[in-house]
Amino acid sequence: MKTLRACLLILASACLPGGSLLADITVRGSDTMVILAQKWAEVYMSQHPGIKIQVTGGGTGTGFAALQNQQTDLCNASRPIRPQEIANCIKAFGRRPREYRVALDGLSVYVNAANPINELTLAQLEQIFTGRLRNWKDLGGPDAPIILYSRENSSGTYEFFKEHVLQGKDFAAHAQTLQGTAQVLQAVSRETHGIGYGGAAYGVGAKHLHIKKDADSPAIEPSEETVVSGAYPIARSLFVYVNPALEKGDLAAYLKWIRSDAGQAVVKDVGYFPLPPDARAR
Amino acid sequence: MLVGATNSSLAQEYREIIPPEDFARVPPDRLRQYLGLTRQQFEQMDEETLKDLMSLRIEAKAQMPDDPDAELNTTEWRYLLGPHQWTGYDRPAYIWQPVSQIHKYNLLPLFIGSLKTTFVALLFAVPLAIAAALYVSQLAHPRAREWLKPGIELLSGIPSVVLGFFALIVMASFFQALFGYPSRLNAFVAGLALGLAVIPVVFSIAEDALTSVPRSYTEAALALGSTRWQAAWQIVLPAALPGVFAATVLGFGRAIGETMIVLMASGNASIVSWNLFDSTRTLTATIAAELAETVVGGHHYRVLFLLGALLFAVTFVANLVGDLVIHRLKGRLEGRR
Amino acid sequence: MATFLILAILALILGNIFLQGGTGLSPRFIFGNADKDMFDVASAGVWPMVFGTAARVILMTLFVIPVGVTTAIYLTEYAPALSPFTRIIRGAVNNLAGVPSIVFGLFGLGFFISAVGGTLDVFLYPDSPKPVWGKAALIWASLTLAVMTLPVVIVATEESLRAIPLGLREASLALGATKLQTVLRVVLPQALPGILTGGILAVSRAAGEVAPILFTGAAYYMASLPQSLTDQFMDLAYHVFVLSTQSPDIEKTRPILYGTVVVLLLLTFALNLVAILIRARVRRNLRRLA
Repeated sequence: MKTLRACLLILASACLPGGSLLADITVRGSDTMVILAQKWAEVYMSQHPGIKIQVTGGGTGTGFAALQNQQTDLCNASRPIRPQEIANCIKAFGRRPREYRVALDGLSVYVNAANPINELTLAQLEQIFTGRLRNWKDLGGPDAPIILYSRENSSGTYEFFKEHVLQGKDFAAHAQTLQGTAQVLQAVSRETHGIGYGGAAYGVGAKHLHIKKDADSPAIEPSEETVVSGAYPIARSLFVYVNPALEKGDLAAYLKWIRSDAGQAVVKDVGYFPLPPDARAR
Repeated sequence: MLVGATNSSLAQEYREIIPPEDFARVPPDRLRQYLGLTRQQFEQMDEETLKDLMSLRIEAKAQMPDDPDAELNTTEWRYLLGPHQWTGYDRPAYIWQPVSQIHKYNLLPLFIGSLKTTFVALLFAVPLAIAAALYVSQLAHPRAREWLKPGIELLSGIPSVVLGFFALIVMASFFQALFGYPSRLNAFVAGLALGLAVIPVVFSIAEDALTSVPRSYTEAALALGSTRWQAAWQIVLPAALPGVFAATVLGFGRAIGETMIVLMASGNASIVSWNLFDSTRTLTATIAAELAETVVGGHHYRVLFLLGALLFAVTFVANLVGDLVIHRLKGRLEGRR
Repeated sequence: MATFLILAILALILGNIFLQGGTGLSPRFIFGNADKDMFDVASAGVWPMVFGTAARVILMTLFVIPVGVTTAIYLTEYAPALSPFTRIIRGAVNNLAGVPSIVFGLFGLGFFISAVGGTLDVFLYPDSPKPVWGKAALIWASLTLAVMTLPVVIVATEESLRAIPLGLREASLALGATKLQTVLRVVLPQALPGILTGGILAVSRAAGEVAPILFTGAAYYMASLPQSLTDQFMDLAYHVFVLSTQSPDIEKTRPILYGTVVVLLLLTFALNLVAILIRARVRRNLRRLA
């Protein structure tokens, strides 16, 4: 027993020398971006041994809360910061957080591969997700209830979709909220009558709908070309926010690298869309 | 208690606007209050920053929804508990939409969600667990008992996240194929998985209570010519009934407080409906899913802590009742009273 | 019948998990790193998660055993059996055991991180631009779990203390030992296996818990193992949650998911088994003593 206890103590003290205060860079925020951020971190760390980067998800809202509570160095955001959030940051550390656009993303609307519907208008999407349209037959599909999949309300994707597709209205109460885009996708791939939304980077196992801006405009498929050109109606920029006071040394180098060709190549690998060179400046 | 101090009314916050041009005209203390700064923060800021904050307030007001509901303080009890006719809804409704232009914090959908999954869990777990307890304590061969008891208790060794994973990946599709209900993740699936977590709790308490019934009861019944089964069912079970009740109450406490299973398997839609095959959102899952992203000290954060406090109160009462009943029962059976 | 139905369900679950997950299990998987790509079936390992889980439960033991054991000793050896104060403590311990784990998570966030950690930061690092203690960290997760498992340790210790025959204590006292000496030299050594059981049960309970560490320490991804008490950590049980809800492609990463579940189950079952064996042995010894 004594030996055991001694072992435990030694193990604990060996593993955990107190005092090292820094994972050099902590990143927090958007779940949509967590895979991208993690890949960035992996590639960067393999090129710069000795630098440690820690990535946590939780949602864009979490990221801003953490940025303002100064619990993270970088905040990944899949929507632009709000005035209220800027104000909170100023109150917390005296300055506006600095904003960097780091990638582009198209939001896809997924349906099951067996669903005959291929395209919808933004207005139809709004009616579906606010719960006004409840049956696929109203859209020319089979007579079956529409099963809605949404995201947890911490997610930037949720807020973006709500703002840009639902025009700020509430999601229908019967929309199921899942924890990750992959879970939405998995649900839709298993649920014949399901519909969900999420980043275009995901998307194996379900059909991406073509989206029309309104009834008369052409149906656009989410792809690099349409997203970068802005033709696809549900596209957005992905951002990284930082407390300017911290932007020096390793952190600044890392931020610069993210927007370099090497960093943008990773964006493409993960399945988002790289920024066109002229958009990388800010 | 936690909510009282906050006011989520948007309009209240932005009712007053001081344009940055008026900076020089406003007394400093007034400005500090207007911007919601502490004295220390205020002193550290230069004029530029303060003006920036003032213009941000105008931007925020511009983004504020043009909606009469923005006047409401939605953390008042009547909005937390009662229905309200929100703008854009057809009729008064109980809505949980904390991240919304108007923060809607009605707790009813969450209560219903928790009760629904708990109900399914108990309906599934209690009869099974009690029957198993009766069998193990009264009928099984002593050697079989040595195996069966730890076998069932092994179930309590399965972490709840594993049960949640199993419900999500395997059970959900299986039961949907079996019953053909529309929503794959729902209160029923979550309740069944939850039941698996409740079984060992109910089982061990019920088994304990049944075992503490003096052997003389059984022996007397057997001597009078009853079968072992009759003795167990008609003599021992009634004698230990309060224990069975306590086991159920404690099982209830366990079920309503379980988080990971319901978070993963219930679909988390905050619907007000008693249909067991609708997807549902529970108190615990709401805390787990939403707390991480809230601003510390904000109204959403406080409402979630309120949920935690309510949850604590409910389980506290359940445990208290369960413990009291068991104590009394044991006292009686051991002839202390 | 019901008994066998329950056992059948149990067998079904475990069978499904072990059949699908057992094949992917290899030393490479258990000891492999996840720093390259934690979602790559061919190369991802779970060592950082195993390490994180081990670190948090070992730390937890260091907190919970001393507190739990002294409480139990006080309750059985010193406290007057029927005083209201003792009753209140007992009631509190009982209730603590029934508090939902998510509430402990809230408590950990509100008390340890905001109150304790925040205060530490104010005094120790007033100039630091970001919090050192007032954030999710290994130590806070461990402390939260320690509070949660306290009743397990107290109850197990009390049980083993009570099983020690009164004669032993009286003999020691009769030989002139003080009460403290009796407790430390005579009673406690006899109770060690019981305390150990309690510790192991606490560890096995804590190892599988996710809710209390959601806000207090678990990280989605970390490139390196936690280096200090204030680092966050990756965790086996949390990883199961991440893989089943947030992986980039759930179907593709399913082998990792099942593998992780198997590792977690093996860990908790092994701990439970050890606890059951020790307890059985203690009970046999006690029967002989009595």
